[in-house]
Amino acid sequence: MTNTIVLRIADFLKDIPPFSFLTVDEQIEIAQSVKVEYADVDEDIFLIDEAIKPVFYLVKEGAIGLYSDDDQLSDECDEGDIFGLRALIRQNIYKLSARAIEETILYSIPAEVYDSIISKNTEATKFIIQNLANNLIKVTEEKFLYPTVKEAIIEDESTAKYSKNPITCSEETSVEAAAQIMTVKRVGSIIVVHDNKPIGIITDKDLRTKIATGKYSIQEKVIKIMSVPVICYPESITVAEAQIAMLKNKITHLCITKDGTDQSDVVGLLSEHDIILIRENNPSVLIKEIKRSFSVEELINIRQKTSQLIQRYLQQNVSIVFITKVVSEINEALTNRAINLAIKDLKSNPPVPFAWIALGSQGRKEQVLLTDQDNAIVFKDHEDNESVRSYFLSLAKKVTHTLHEIGFEYCPADMMASNKSWCLSFSEWKEKYRKWIQIPTEKNIMHCTIFFDFQTIYGDERLGSQLMEFIHQNIEKSPIFLKFLGKNALQNPAPLGFFRQFLVEQSGEHKDHFDIKARAMMSFVDAARILCLDQQLDAKNTLERIDQLRKKEPQNAEVYDHCYEAFQMLLLFRTRQGFEGKDSGRYINLAKLTKVEKLGLKDAFKAQRELQILLQTRFQLSNFM
Amino acid sequence: MGIFKKKTYPKEWETYAEHFSDKITNFSEIRFVIFDTETTGLDVSNDRILSIGAIGITDKNIILNDVYECFVSQEKYSRETVEIHGIRKSCEDKISEEKAIVQFLDYIKNAVLVGHHIDFDIAMINAGLHRLGFPSLKNTSLDTGNLHLKTFQEFPRQQHFSLDDLSHSYHIPMHDRHNSSGDAYITAQLFIKILKKLEKNNPLSISLLKRSARRTGLL
Repeated sequence: MTNTIVLRIADFLKDIPPFSFLTVDEQIEIAQSVKVEYADVDEDIFLIDEAIKPVFYLVKEGAIGLYSDDDQLSDECDEGDIFGLRALIRQNIYKLSARAIEETILYSIPAEVYDSIISKNTEATKFIIQNLANNLIKVTEEKFLYPTVKEAIIEDESTAKYSKNPITCSEETSVEAAAQIMTVKRVGSIIVVHDNKPIGIITDKDLRTKIATGKYSIQEKVIKIMSVPVICYPESITVAEAQIAMLKNKITHLCITKDGTDQSDVVGLLSEHDIILIRENNPSVLIKEIKRSFSVEELINIRQKTSQLIQRYLQQNVSIVFITKVVSEINEALTNRAINLAIKDLKSNPPVPFAWIALGSQGRKEQVLLTDQDNAIVFKDHEDNESVRSYFLSLAKKVTHTLHEIGFEYCPADMMASNKSWCLSFSEWKEKYRKWIQIPTEKNIMHCTIFFDFQTIYGDERLGSQLMEFIHQNIEKSPIFLKFLGKNALQNPAPLGFFRQFLVEQSGEHKDHFDIKARAMMSFVDAARILCLDQQLDAKNTLERIDQLRKKEPQNAEVYDHCYEAFQMLLLFRTRQGFEGKDSGRYINLAKLTKVEKLGLKDAFKAQRELQILLQTRFQLSNFM
Repeated sequence: MGIFKKKTYPKEWETYAEHFSDKITNFSEIRFVIFDTETTGLDVSNDRILSIGAIGITDKNIILNDVYECFVSQEKYSRETVEIHGIRKSCEDKISEEKAIVQFLDYIKNAVLVGHHIDFDIAMINAGLHRLGFPSLKNTSLDTGNLHLKTFQEFPRQQHFSLDDLSHSYHIPMHDRHNSSGDAYITAQLFIKILKKLEKNNPLSISLLKRSARRTGLL
């Protein structure tokens, strides 16, 4: 009979990778070999450069900090985290010191256990190797977010899939024989080749127009009726290129050759049918449907199809960057259509040029799930701004209503173009922005975080870009402003002690849940915005902003790379959560997270902190106020 | 039994007693066995041991391959205690009291015994030994209740602390409470935490730990 305490420890091990990959008997065997140690606050477990002990550690309770030689906290281990294994496997000295941050219970596990049990299990070893590479995000993506790593299927950009074994015949073949081959092989075309180089093509259409009409006898050689020249492309042709080529040449088949000319060997055939298969229920088809729709019902239907498309993408592990792009395009088209329909409905054209502006997450093109609508209108100044405004207000009322019907709920804070505070002329907007930048009260800063991320969805784009120019000029005039914005961005410190301290919501509907948007994602969004404003970079999308910053500041490339990965992961995590829970995906139930998910989130929080430190240093925020 | 005549005991006892010839002076090498018994009641002469749970500590580490656990079968059976401990009479894997006592001796050897209000547990083991015609345990014993009192600078008004009280104030999670192994494990954690506290003021030694709490005070 196994000891109660041993079973208790084995029970703890069973949920913790790499032990989770082992059998129950192996878990019990490991539990039996465990030594339980206690560490007081500030007690050292091992020191940097010390000879390694023949054990590695698993944190049962409390927290252990791993410190570099300048005593900088480089990692924090809490419940379920393993440390000291890297040195053990590499058989060298400790590269970091381990010290208890709080009272901690540790399980020290002898090295023999690693050799005799863990290293013999493939899954467990794989997990450890990935961990040792100190690239938790990889583990997360492969094990949880990308169960099987696949190339993203980006339709337009992807190379078109063509038939690899094209049906060919020689120039000597009779039309009758060629038609028989086509029938047997069930294809609509046959390439006529000379020395495996394409000299012509026969399609069903040629048989219909040239043979069935009696123009030529079926005994004729194919060379008499074939279409020339054959349009050839190289293997690298993309779906978009193929479509254009077919339209331009008014043909339905493209011949794929080695170098893309008719002077090289035939390697395949791409038909219009192949393209249709790729295109079915895809973003561009949906966007076309939106443009052709005339009722709200049709738009609702398209938005539902979009949801299905996203879900399919998620299953296919298409990159979240691509997914957000597609969703933004579709949402933009929906809004556009809603505006067009509203203008028709009003039976009078806009009195002055205007721009419909998306704000917040839609402005950043980061909307994946249906969220609230945040929008505004900017119109060209007129001598009677009030009467112009009343037109745009009634327009906005119709548009926001349609968007609401489609599934974009009304903004609870009424930040919508239908609110007269956000339906302003160009000069009125300039005045608003000037005020916000010059008087950085808490409320004004809050407005900045929403109204600085804008995107012209409909109308005169110059209005939007001129406003942005104006914002840049004003920020330059009051450098203190970015400090205030920076301070605001640091409001939510990276929740590093997350799984131990449970930085969850204290009250309300989402009590005991972690708000991934407010506590993690907004930090990246806010920091990227400020850093870009400071560097005068125009990107609006957070990932694009990080990418631009990376190019602008190569000295910080490492931090930005980490943030890019982390934000992608958070975005994908939230999207998946949202689809699973059929909600905004914002609130995470900690109890339901797997250890691997926790590791991924934890790595993202580390990136968050690195970014916050960068922000703090850049704007000297530690001494600010 | 005559005092002048050296009595001979069964071989199991002699093997156990032999361990006491080696004296260990280095504190970090001393083996502690933290143990707890569950019994049919509190009357040492009439009640019986239901189970023993024990766990070894060396150098302030709980050693998971140094554990002992047994459930004892018996005739005497008190309904009330069963309600607390949940040990049913029909429980499988039970062994006789004799076997349990002999196994326990073989397990503890010359370890320093530690328990919460350990005097009672030792008295229960001793009663079992006596029924087999063995003498009392030879081991040094430490009471975590007393050790806790030694952590105070001034002698506290409250002098009796239950295991629940101490688990609470030392932040020890209470899993498997009222199961002898579970209680032994909780007591083991408590013991290490107390040692760490005491060691801040004095180098640890058995004589320091044995000294009555009343005499520590400001000395």
